[in-house]
Amino acid sequence: MVLTNELGNQFAGGETKVEVQAKNVRQLIRALEERYPGMGPELEAGMAVAIDGEIYADPFMEPIGPDSEVYFLPRIGGG
Amino acid sequence: MDGQTRDFKWIGKRTVRPDGVDKVTGRANFGADFSLPGMLVGKVLRSPHAHARILSIDTGKARVLPGVKAVITAADLPDIPSEEAHFGEDPTDFRYVSHNVMARGKALYDGHVVAAVAATSEAIAEAALGLIEVEYDILPHVLDVEDAMKPDAPLVIEDLITQGITPTPKKPSNIAKRIQYDLGDIAAGFKKADVVIKRRFTTKPVHQGYIEPHAVVASTSEDGQSLVWCSSQGHFMVRASCAKLLGLDVSQLRVMPAEIGGGFGGKVTVYQEPLAVLMSRKTGRPVKMVMSREEVFRGTGPTSGSVMTVKIGATKKGKITAAEATLAFQAGAYPGSPVGLGCMTAFAPYDLENVKTVGYDVVVNRPKATAYRAPGAPLAAFAAESVLDELAKALNIAPLELREKNAAREGTQAPYGPRFGVIGYVATLQALRDHPHYMAPLGPNQGRGIASGFWMNFGGQSSAVINVNEDGTVVVTLGHPDIGGSRASMALMAAEVLGIDITKVRAIIGDTHSIGLSDITGGSKVTFASGMAVVKAANDVTGQLRARAAMIWEVDADGVVWEDGHAVASSTNVGEFEPLSLAQIAAMAAKTGGPISGHASINAKGAGPGFGTHICDVEVDRETGRVTVVRYTAIQDAGRAIHPSYVEGQLQGGAAQGIGWALNEEYVYGDDGRLQNPGFLDYRMPVASDLPMIDTVIVEVPNPNHPFGVRGVGEVPIVPPLAAVANAIEDAIGVRMTDLPMSPPRILAALEDKL
Repeated sequence: MVLTNELGNQFAGGETKVEVQAKNVRQLIRALEERYPGMGPELEAGMAVAIDGEIYADPFMEPIGPDSEVYFLPRIGGG
Repeated sequence: MDGQTRDFKWIGKRTVRPDGVDKVTGRANFGADFSLPGMLVGKVLRSPHAHARILSIDTGKARVLPGVKAVITAADLPDIPSEEAHFGEDPTDFRYVSHNVMARGKALYDGHVVAAVAATSEAIAEAALGLIEVEYDILPHVLDVEDAMKPDAPLVIEDLITQGITPTPKKPSNIAKRIQYDLGDIAAGFKKADVVIKRRFTTKPVHQGYIEPHAVVASTSEDGQSLVWCSSQGHFMVRASCAKLLGLDVSQLRVMPAEIGGGFGGKVTVYQEPLAVLMSRKTGRPVKMVMSREEVFRGTGPTSGSVMTVKIGATKKGKITAAEATLAFQAGAYPGSPVGLGCMTAFAPYDLENVKTVGYDVVVNRPKATAYRAPGAPLAAFAAESVLDELAKALNIAPLELREKNAAREGTQAPYGPRFGVIGYVATLQALRDHPHYMAPLGPNQGRGIASGFWMNFGGQSSAVINVNEDGTVVVTLGHPDIGGSRASMALMAAEVLGIDITKVRAIIGDTHSIGLSDITGGSKVTFASGMAVVKAANDVTGQLRARAAMIWEVDADGVVWEDGHAVASSTNVGEFEPLSLAQIAAMAAKTGGPISGHASINAKGAGPGFGTHICDVEVDRETGRVTVVRYTAIQDAGRAIHPSYVEGQLQGGAAQGIGWALNEEYVYGDDGRLQNPGFLDYRMPVASDLPMIDTVIVEVPNPNHPFGVRGVGEVPIVPPLAAVANAIEDAIGVRMTDLPMSPPRILAALEDKL
């Protein structure tokens, strides 16, 4: 999965591409929090997630496949 | 056949708009039309200074003026903590929303509200404002983004620390945030390029220019329940904001949506609504507040002005090898410009291996920037699509061909990470190539430009209720304000699923007590998300109708299907029954279990990205510098046009607003930081006589995630025009315009520089 540069710099020593075992977004955030303490609340508070190209603004239990590409993005709106 | 490919009875039909009669006869109730007995008039006092510390506010004389019932300042609002608010563009902070609604400690822009009064008449309210004595310590101000980023710039927010930089800076600055997106190796990409073009661009803030100024009536009863009537892009947003800013329970507020006279992103936040609620709670009387046009300009959000640098490299064959952009956007007085969206969208139409965008969100002494159709994207596209045009000419490749060679397709990785699913960008390029406009001859001093645009589109929370009346007519209640024709499109989708005549369906917008929470109307979400809720609610209804028919026929419900507005036995094994119409089943509802009502509350996922391509012909008067748009065609993938006339209207409106942004619109500030053109006479938006008929082409590449294939359409059409006009001007006069607006003085100056 891929983190934003901001998250990578803040929590992961600049790493933005990480491999994590998780079956859904909730598990993914828990796994990231275990690996990078403090990242979990940051992800839950203000991030959207893209799983295989599909953007979820309020991610929670969305399933993640074994080969899924997952991106965390800023939560965004529009006019 | 499924909902995406079959022939439709109602989807795609140009039915009569349900709000049309009321609007053309003046019967429609907009925010300012509402009145209550005993109503007070609310007015605000605004700072005349761009940046000033508020040393004291003496309201004593105003309070004792006969007829004055309430005077409030920031001291009357709770000093709330920071908490992210997600309504419009990039997330903002309720604390900043509170400070924007009523200045606390400092006034941060000309027009910033410092006090409000409620009085028995407008004249008394105005007189009371004149009696409020505010002592200011005037501070140096900063209006423009590059000045604000300098280390010695006056600090707009004195404790603002830049986010997105590691290590976190210790010293405050006006840069609220730095963001970056990148793919591949940008340096290696530029090394592969045969031609590299780099340009710097500037744009001015522009206002959304909605016709209806902000208006609100608030009334509070003795039990502490406040009713609010206002036009906004989200009455649930108004409820949440007022509750947060005033420390109320959400259930203490009931917000009724009025008809809305335009929003375009400018009504995704609150201004006077919390003040009207607070003053009605203090006085126990209804309070009405209506902004003047001058107040709209001085106090409500424009979109950001910007400084942008874009660099694109390509091989001789026209393959883009690298693209880079640095965008600095004015956020206005509080953080939250749409620069992140600019970064995400700038190069999104293209399949790029190496791409990097960096954005800076910068506070300045201007009104807080608010969303404006596809917030951030038009600015970024102006820069990116202008450089692309120049690159095409340097490579001696037609601009359309360069776009075709590099177009994003299904599976392309977007510059912000995810891969696109089914998208229709290439289809818009093909539609342009096939359009007679593309090869039409040009006259003297005329030029032609094309540009493309992208918007991700969004889903979100949406609720719908469908009540079947006893005579078989149907009422669809929705939770999003209708700005772009959603009542019409929702009625069409309901009629399609229920299989009944469109004239039997009425769609209304429910208030916050009568329908489930629904997000703002914005992001191009409503036809997509609300449509999914309506389809789900309609399927709920047909399920109940099948069950009632089964009860009447004394068969199992699985033996009944819903076809063309009738319950039908699924096979002869079930039995021989005359089909029952919706009206027939509705007439028996009391005997078969009571009223039939379908409900859906969803968080809609799977919004399909939108792409558009525009072509513009201009004629330039070399003596006056006036640019006239002589022909314009907007092409866009709508996924599925539920009501094509509304889709065409969105395309035309977006193009018109983009042309105004390109050619004329700008705020003019004096050296004192005061706005000098807060009115439509001096702030020049295009009127009908300025523009040709804008032709439209709707491309339909259905979104596989929507029952009918819908993609949002409201945002994309304002993205390409800025660059399309600039590219056409360059084609006409041979000068690349990099600063907006491309108004006559700037065109003349550019022509003189060329000589």
